[in-house]
Amino acid sequence: MDVKIPLFDGELVCLAPIDPEKDAEIESKWTYDAEYMRLLTIKPARPLSPAQVKKKYEALEKNEEEAKNLFYFAVRSRSDDRLVGFARIYWIWWTHRSGLVSLGIGDPGDRKQGFGTEALGMLLGYAFDELNLYRLTAVVPEYNQAALRLFENAGFVQEVRRREAINRDGRRWDCLHLGLLESEWKGNIR
Amino acid sequence: MMMNIFQGKLVSLVAEDPQVVADAYAQWNRNAEFKRLLDAEPAMLWSAKKIKEWLEKEMEESEPKFFSFQIRDLQSGKMIGFTGLGDLEWNHGDGWVGIGIGDSEYWGKGYGTEAMQLALRYAFTELNLHRVTLGVFDYNPRAIRSYEKAGFKLEGRLRGEMSRQGNRHDILIMGILRSEWEMA
Repeated sequence: MDVKIPLFDGELVCLAPIDPEKDAEIESKWTYDAEYMRLLTIKPARPLSPAQVKKKYEALEKNEEEAKNLFYFAVRSRSDDRLVGFARIYWIWWTHRSGLVSLGIGDPGDRKQGFGTEALGMLLGYAFDELNLYRLTAVVPEYNQAALRLFENAGFVQEVRRREAINRDGRRWDCLHLGLLESEWKGNIR
Repeated sequence: MMMNIFQGKLVSLVAEDPQVVADAYAQWNRNAEFKRLLDAEPAMLWSAKKIKEWLEKEMEESEPKFFSFQIRDLQSGKMIGFTGLGDLEWNHGDGWVGIGIGDSEYWGKGYGTEAMQLALRYAFTELNLHRVTLGVFDYNPRAIRSYEKAGFKLEGRLRGEMSRQGNRHDILIMGILRSEWEMA
């Protein structure tokens, strides 16, 4: 065991706590980007005011404190400490040591810079080395090709294809579930 | 149009009195086999009093989050299980279904399959869903056969998603589309 291996600091980005006041202003802007919202979730997109985003942060922190099945991080760029996205492990099932993973890079200008790849790498280290989970699942709409590539490059494999589960502008898309086992992750990073 | 959508040949979907439901659930929960086939939560013994409180709290909600029914054997009038639709994504027409036959006398005789067919009819004709999803454990072949009979197709498996007695087991995800249900 090497206690010096950093959990939260990468070359480009770091995982950090939420800064409710400052982050809410930025995340509120992202919620106006319907494309971002649709890539991220199948819930109906809707803009959130900074006050609503702050409420959401409070609920997240309450969940982290009380239910203890969520670990949520702000993703900040190391060069200027700017909020660029979020990364989380959620719905952890401690009995079975499984959980879900998701992340997002909010501003289109910040995408394709390697921020997501690095944040996911740290999140996986956190899930397997810190939380000692056995496996992780990522749920991705079929039309989010960038997310599919991101997770597959990190070693995730497609396990489930829920046919026609998503309706966008009158067209049906499949919802994909990808899985990664701790043993596969260990094999990958060595 | 005016057919009884809640009734089949063997069973009907009903709303039992909370006290009856709570007594039955408390009793069924003692059966470890039933619990391990039903869900992945740690088996837990709740008193009938506590279960009744939850049921009554649920009744106070104006819109149910979970469309749940009890399953009644038509011949004896006995409550033998429950089913329900939940986690509904209304904007996409997707929902999850769950079912349990608590009275083991009724296992493997087509009661669960028919109750599932009634739940699907409700999902597609009353809730107007586009598809229905379920999860089932790899060590429950009886349930998998029943779901296949009801028209579900295997859509994949979450490898080693759960741990039982030190071994990892897959959760199978199955789905049925409205178009498939209409053809059957």
